[in-house]
Amino acid sequence: MKVIIVDDEPLARSIVKEYLQKHSELELVQECNDGLEGLKAIQQHQPDLIFLDIQMPKINGFEMLELLDHPPAVIFTTAFDEYAIKAFDAHAIDYLLKPFSQERFDKAIEKLSVQKNTSAEKATRELLETASHSPSQSQRIVVKNGSKIKIIPAQEIFYLEAADDYVKIHTKEGYFLKNKTMNHFEQVLDPQLFVRSHRSYIVNMQQITRIDPYEKDNHIAILRSGAKVPVSRNGYVKLKQVLGL
Amino acid sequence: MSRSPLSVSRFRTIFIGFWLSVTIDGVFVLHWYEPGWDLSVAVIDSIISCVVLFIFCLPLMTTLRYYTPKQKNYANIFIWCVFIVAAWMITIRWLLQLVLGHIERYPEFLNHSLVVRISIGFFLTGCVALAFMIWYTWEEQKEDEIRKQDTEKFTKEAELFKLRQQLQPHFLFNSLNSINALIGTRPEEARKMVQQLSEFLRGTLKKEETQWVSLKEELQYLQLYLDIERVRFGNRLFTIIDSDDTTGQMKLPALLLQPIVENAIKFGLYDTTGDTQIKIIAAADGSNLFLKVENPFDPETSSSNQGTGFGLKSVQRRLYLLFGRNDLLATEAKENIFTTIVKIPQLPVQKS
Repeated sequence: MKVIIVDDEPLARSIVKEYLQKHSELELVQECNDGLEGLKAIQQHQPDLIFLDIQMPKINGFEMLELLDHPPAVIFTTAFDEYAIKAFDAHAIDYLLKPFSQERFDKAIEKLSVQKNTSAEKATRELLETASHSPSQSQRIVVKNGSKIKIIPAQEIFYLEAADDYVKIHTKEGYFLKNKTMNHFEQVLDPQLFVRSHRSYIVNMQQITRIDPYEKDNHIAILRSGAKVPVSRNGYVKLKQVLGL
Repeated sequence: MSRSPLSVSRFRTIFIGFWLSVTIDGVFVLHWYEPGWDLSVAVIDSIISCVVLFIFCLPLMTTLRYYTPKQKNYANIFIWCVFIVAAWMITIRWLLQLVLGHIERYPEFLNHSLVVRISIGFFLTGCVALAFMIWYTWEEQKEDEIRKQDTEKFTKEAELFKLRQQLQPHFLFNSLNSINALIGTRPEEARKMVQQLSEFLRGTLKKEETQWVSLKEELQYLQLYLDIERVRFGNRLFTIIDSDDTTGQMKLPALLLQPIVENAIKFGLYDTTGDTQIKIIAAADGSNLFLKVENPFDPETSSSNQGTGFGLKSVQRRLYLLFGRNDLLATEAKENIFTTIVKIPQLPVQKS
């Protein structure tokens, strides 16, 4: 079984390496310093198991997993992250709290070999959905643009548009696609900044220059970029609420 | 609950003095009205009237302590006064008749004077009610004010505590994890790190926010923190600390520089890859100490408004509480370098 360690602290990686020596069936193929490196290594090696820290430079552990089409089995290692721990507990996902012992480490690996892969992947998906609601992650969206990773700060989003199974995230650099639902973004993004103006649109309030009437009962929001975003009757009520009118 | 005005000696003196003077005044008026009578008649009449009125006012005073009427309920107080005066009138009429009824022309005088007595009684009751109402309203406002201040102080402290909590446990557990890793391979370094970590934690526990410390002490303490971080991150942290004898002797509030350096570490070390240089530079101009902290940041992942992060907001708040100024902290993000400059006025008299 191939193993990858993703952690930004060299000593934290070395202790995992040390504990791994007891498990000859596990072969360490690469150590990674941050989420982006981890992502590349996982795509390259297709490991069976990763040891993953949460807080890391570039993109964090959750954001890295989100970008994988088929995440491998994960053992999370973290020192102190109230939010992450709540999320793990909520989805019954095993995690190692630093510093951890060899015994605890062995137990986590043992548990993993018993578990079925399919249920693990589902649990991971659910975990990521919960984790994306964390305050630090609602301020940015990480997307894959071809082979490149793009981090979009929330305030740089003009508006979001539903497109079948995807959501189009419009920014000044054009749009990016993310495999999520409109409801997901409506919940994750700051409701004071982003308003669902229409079934298929979420608009950044700070980008609106004016709102014009459009056909009967409907309106249209004109953004600074010149883009026009439809506003339904319901959406108009919500916009007015946020604007305090 | 508000304290009774009678528990305050100044008010008690005024209150007793008020009733005494009313009583004495009563004696004079009665004696002037009918000089033919013995002075004792005027004295007894006045004392009985005043003491009875005082006794009837007691329930009113106690009630106001527990219930301060709102504007629209002032009518209730008026009705109270009417009742008190009526009860008082009936009682003293009976009492005075009993005690002084044998005096010549006194019963007629008593009947004639009823209207005057009612109006004086009403005036006095009104005065007492008013004085107590004003007192209790004032007391309540004072209590509200104190409560508000307490709440604010409490929220602020809780907030600061929470902020410190977010960084410290993360730092602490990760350091312990590093030590755990070192024990197997490099036990000597593990031992050294345990020492450094202990000394650093002891410093954190010892310090109080009101204390002033010399920059030299503070920098020695922060050096421990930076050394630990260097071990954690495998020597990719480089620090430049520039302070001479003059600035080293200058003072700053304890735990003021630390959150700034922690912020620099957070964005400069935790959120970047590769070598990181953190500079702490001290300078002085007469009555001010200037501290400049520089750290790199990743412009791709941390947007500029995050840079003035939560940690620095608490520093800004503390500076305001200490000096009443908002212009002592400045930040700047240029290319990939974030700079924090804090100016610390050197007070002529300082707690050391």
